[in-house]
Amino acid sequence: MKEDHQIWLELYRMMVKIRRFETLTGELFAAGKIPGFIHLSIGQEASSVGVCSTLRPEDYITTTHRGHGHVIAKGGDVKRMFAELMGRSTGYCKGKGGSMHIADFSLGILGANGVVAGGFPIIVGAGLSIKLRGTDQVAVCFFGDGASNRGPFHEALNMASIWKLPILFVCENNQFASTTSFHYSTSVKSVAQRSIAYGIPGRSVDGNDILEVREAALEAVERARKGEGPTLIENRTYRLRGHFEGDPQRYRTKEEVENFLEKDPIKRFQEFLKNEKILNEEMDRQIWQAIDSELTDAIRFAEKSPYPQPMEALRDLYAEDVDPLFQRSLA
Amino acid sequence: MPEVSFVESLRMTLREEMQKDPLVMLIGEDIGRYGGIFGVTKGLLEEFGPYRVRNTPISESAIIGSALGAAMTGIRTIAEIMYIDFTTCAMDQIVNQVAKIRYMSGGKMKIPLVIRTQCGGGRGNAAQHSQSLEALFFHIPGLKVVMPSTPYDARGLLKASIHDDNPVIFIEHKLLYATKGYVPEEEYIIPLGQAEIKKKGREVTIITFSYMVWKTLRAAQQLEKEGVDVEVVDLRTLYPLDLETILQSVRKTNRALIVHEGCRRNGIGAEIACRIQEEAFDYLDAPVERVAAMDVPIPYSEPLEKAVIPDEEDIIQGVKRVLSRN
Ligand SMILES: Cc1ncc(C[n+]2csc(CCOP(=O)(O)OP(=O)(O)O)c2C)c(N)n1
Ligand SMILES: [Mg+2]
Repeated sequence: MKEDHQIWLELYRMMVKIRRFETLTGELFAAGKIPGFIHLSIGQEASSVGVCSTLRPEDYITTTHRGHGHVIAKGGDVKRMFAELMGRSTGYCKGKGGSMHIADFSLGILGANGVVAGGFPIIVGAGLSIKLRGTDQVAVCFFGDGASNRGPFHEALNMASIWKLPILFVCENNQFASTTSFHYSTSVKSVAQRSIAYGIPGRSVDGNDILEVREAALEAVERARKGEGPTLIENRTYRLRGHFEGDPQRYRTKEEVENFLEKDPIKRFQEFLKNEKILNEEMDRQIWQAIDSELTDAIRFAEKSPYPQPMEALRDLYAEDVDPLFQRSLA
Repeated sequence: MPEVSFVESLRMTLREEMQKDPLVMLIGEDIGRYGGIFGVTKGLLEEFGPYRVRNTPISESAIIGSALGAAMTGIRTIAEIMYIDFTTCAMDQIVNQVAKIRYMSGGKMKIPLVIRTQCGGGRGNAAQHSQSLEALFFHIPGLKVVMPSTPYDARGLLKASIHDDNPVIFIEHKLLYATKGYVPEEEYIIPLGQAEIKKKGREVTIITFSYMVWKTLRAAQQLEKEGVDVEVVDLRTLYPLDLETILQSVRKTNRALIVHEGCRRNGIGAEIACRIQEEAFDYLDAPVERVAAMDVPIPYSEPLEKAVIPDEEDIIQGVKRVLSRN
């Protein structure tokens, strides 16, 4: 098998893993096993996987409220993810963070964020750190189209540009910010156009075509590693699920969503791989099956894990580990 | 009129004010066709059009700053920030501009601006979607801070806030939206700065506001069964603070407990406890106590969140602490 083909199969496998993770997460939420609210990235897998497949383990990412896919694509452990979503002590954040705050510093995942545009200044800081330490790491900030209308986007792009920081700003333009459409809320036709104002390259690609995403990311990563500065990439995609699970989605029609099912990034790549004779029915079945069995195990692990002890709420606030009961007496 | 929900009460008030005054404007995220994520502004875009119901991009700083500019130039503006957590994205506007601009100009202008926002925990929304930040605003001279607990109060207080020529932070607890209560059809105003005694009692004064009023009333019921008779004062507005009502009650009961959902350190309770001891020290039979959230961000996992946010049992224990001293 050619090397390319192996990579492609790996990309496909990773997209399927995210799709299944998100689908199962939706089911767990509907069954009342996950509290709060969750935002799924179904339909946007090509962006997570296309970009993260060009990164090394030591590279950094920041992600968003819609971040499960990025975490998985960067190598996140699905056991600890499910455990976090279910609020268990074995979760990534010991149950303190939940869906919107998953982080794994050992994998360069500097955290999801519940504040839209929260990742921009953090990624600039990671870029400064890379420069100061003199490594050839890169740092990727994933964000939504809506986030590009907040001030931190503009401040961060300007800073990253003047200091030539090794950053990829990756916009997942899924056409909506909650209930508000991209065209209504944004002054330009494409987020990539905004790069012009900051003197950096900007590329808008078909975000549901994994190979196109990957190609753009490869180029931007190379540029960043060579010290040539940041790039803005816009992956044009579509959010197939509601903004959050349970969203009545009155802001769009069923037909619109159905049209985009045709452009499903996984379906498209699956057909491509089959046409190229890289993937056959039997292999495909095995891929989905293996992933489901891994995810089922992960859910079982999460469900068997204990909830944190209530007094754990007082731990982890400061670098010094304080005995919770002592801290409470100070409170 | 049948009982209406907190959301409907807010909505009918906004509609009424917009019908009466063509220069009332709403501005905020997803408040247009969608009607706001909790449905408060549903139908208002259709009724009043896009100049009066401005559905914005995600731009908190510009929402508040532009609301201020509109207010300074004659528009009674009601801005919505989806979660109180994101008012922090507009803190420069709120603290440096909104709160000070009248004063800095030597009192030259009016700022008829209401910032409606939504607060509180209890829904597993984690640290950036569950906060109770009223103490931040309470600390800033130039702002008024309103936190209703019932549909009835919400209507009267929102009206007063809209009519007010000063900036008002109007904070709605997310667990209140679905609650129902009696709301009369006819107009009424609840002036800012008037607390209300939600339950009369003799032994301990409990001072509280917003969603904690409900937890406190449930705790009071429980205490009554145990033969303890508490008085519950709902502040309704934090600033202006109705100190008179608080003091009158404390002079009667000689014991006070303050209950709030924001964390304890430097919370509203600290100021109120201080004011009580300054003004009614000789009446007190016990130190003023506080029941408040632990001094940590709101954690996600249910047992953790439950531990951090005070509940009925914590309030009962608080009352017992106050009563145990002589
Ligand atoms: C500063 C801030 N404002 C508002 C919100 C509420 N909110 C959460 S997600 C969201 C929409 C984000 O849209 P976009 O950036 O396009 O990301 P998407 O949800 O489409 O992935 C909004 C308004 C928030 N979390 N943070
Ligand atoms: Mg979007």
